[in-house]
Amino acid sequence: MTFARLAGPTKAAAVTLTVDGQRIAARDGDTVAAALLAAGRQAIRRSAVTGEPRAPYCQMGVCFECLVEIDGVADRQACLVPVRNGMVVATQQGEG
Amino acid sequence: MRDLVIIGAGPAGLSAAATAHALGLDTLILDEQPSAGGQIYRNVERVTDQRPADLAFLGRDYAHGRTLARAASAVDRRQGATVWHIGPMTRTEGRQVVWSEEGKAQKVNARAVLLATGAMERPVPIPGWTLPGVTTVGALQTVLKQSGIFPRGRVVLAGSGPLLMLLASQYFAAGIRIEAILDTTPPGGLNRAMLWLPLATVGARRAILKGRRLRAVYGRAAREVWRGVTGIRAEGDGALQTVRFTDASGVAHEIAADALALHEGVIPNPQLPRLVEAVHDWDPRQRCFRPVLDAYGASSASGVYVAGDGGGILGAEAAEASGRVAAATVALGLGRIAEAERDLRAAPDLNRLTGQRWLRRFLDAMFPPPDWIGRMADATTVCRCEEVRAADIRKVADHAQGPNQLKAYTRAGMGPCQGRMCGHTVTEVLAEAKAMAPGAVGYYHIRPPAKPVTVEEMAALVE
Repeated sequence: MTFARLAGPTKAAAVTLTVDGQRIAARDGDTVAAALLAAGRQAIRRSAVTGEPRAPYCQMGVCFECLVEIDGVADRQACLVPVRNGMVVATQQGEG
Repeated sequence: MRDLVIIGAGPAGLSAAATAHALGLDTLILDEQPSAGGQIYRNVERVTDQRPADLAFLGRDYAHGRTLARAASAVDRRQGATVWHIGPMTRTEGRQVVWSEEGKAQKVNARAVLLATGAMERPVPIPGWTLPGVTTVGALQTVLKQSGIFPRGRVVLAGSGPLLMLLASQYFAAGIRIEAILDTTPPGGLNRAMLWLPLATVGARRAILKGRRLRAVYGRAAREVWRGVTGIRAEGDGALQTVRFTDASGVAHEIAADALALHEGVIPNPQLPRLVEAVHDWDPRQRCFRPVLDAYGASSASGVYVAGDGGGILGAEAAEASGRVAAATVALGLGRIAEAERDLRAAPDLNRLTGQRWLRRFLDAMFPPPDWIGRMADATTVCRCEEVRAADIRKVADHAQGPNQLKAYTRAGMGPCQGRMCGHTVTEVLAEAKAMAPGAVGYYHIRPPAKPVTVEEMAALVE
């Protein structure tokens, strides 16, 4: 599942963040989880037990499937954190 | 020390804050989300400012959230503030509320605490629900409001209830294509609910009319609409590829899909009421636990009130009303207003709440909660974090006295989400396996920290 943005006009400013070393474009007002989906990321972590791929399930802070490292802090809920210019995000592959 | 700390800035929290402010209470709102509005009015202020065209498909009711936020704008409010502890009641210092904001822990004492933490979607443990590509219906609506994004490709919505119908109509109005709707509502909904229609129409006329409009769109919002669907499964190698289901006449189908969104109603978010050890009971009609409250929102925990869907699912209009009632009752408890004034203020809202309860009786009959979760397939995941399956729980059901002992046996509920995603399912599966009532089986004890925090964050409190 990848996500597209609605075509309608927006005054939201462009924001750039780095995800696993790659620059991605986002918009002011996105959460990190929404920005990852809009940038074409699908599975954004692997489960800690069997390593199976996982993606955000609830988008409201309940499921913890969107855990990522943000600016050096591991296990942040990406759906609760708004994007900021220059933010550095690393996905977690099995350790979180 | 604050007079009142309100946790949650959805309809209940915002309306409570406006009332508390008007009654002179020193109030603080703590909300975990990036902006005010709760889930129903998520991101409404930014949408209004930055992409007002989207209000056309998000709807008039959504735009109402802005009025609510404005009415509470004089109240001190922190967004991105995750509460992880509420201390015991003390006679002189009230309760201590501890939260993290921008990676730093903070605390405040409160004479009263209002939990306005709302609902969560009932986890829907079907085979394959952990695959990337499978989300809740609410999650799709959340990212539509937050960022104006939607899944590309073949989108399947599956389940039952008003939120599913609302998202279908919003997608339809926005021109977003839905491949299929798999409606799991048992046939005969309107017949089941008809008894409550007259009272619901008197008590919540606008909601009934809105429901009619949603129904009219629902049937043409997707390329295919299947009703009376059962046995939904998600399949795929590393990500969702196929959805399988059984139609109302028992015929099996499979459709290729890129996104599958599930919805089987909403339940009170249990974490904070459980953290303060408020007494809960099992609501058999909505198949979920809810905190036991008096008519004004007081829980069994001293100084802790609950307003909105966190106290039992009644919807956004009821949440607003119950927030005002609870705030006036806090003012009464702190001696700021007389009982006569509280009663005068509460009367119209208590009437509204009665009307909303009639509406809920109608909706609960129309869209009964799923009865199969306790009998879910053995191989299906219950606890997503620790990958515990229904069979693992059934194997030890005879020995485990309840959900808390089961944690030690299976690790269910011990992962990052702290039991949020499996708690309800564990109660249902254990109740079925032990042939006990879910209310007697009980629920996880919720202990601090109610959300994961780092040692550094905790240490900062002591300095």
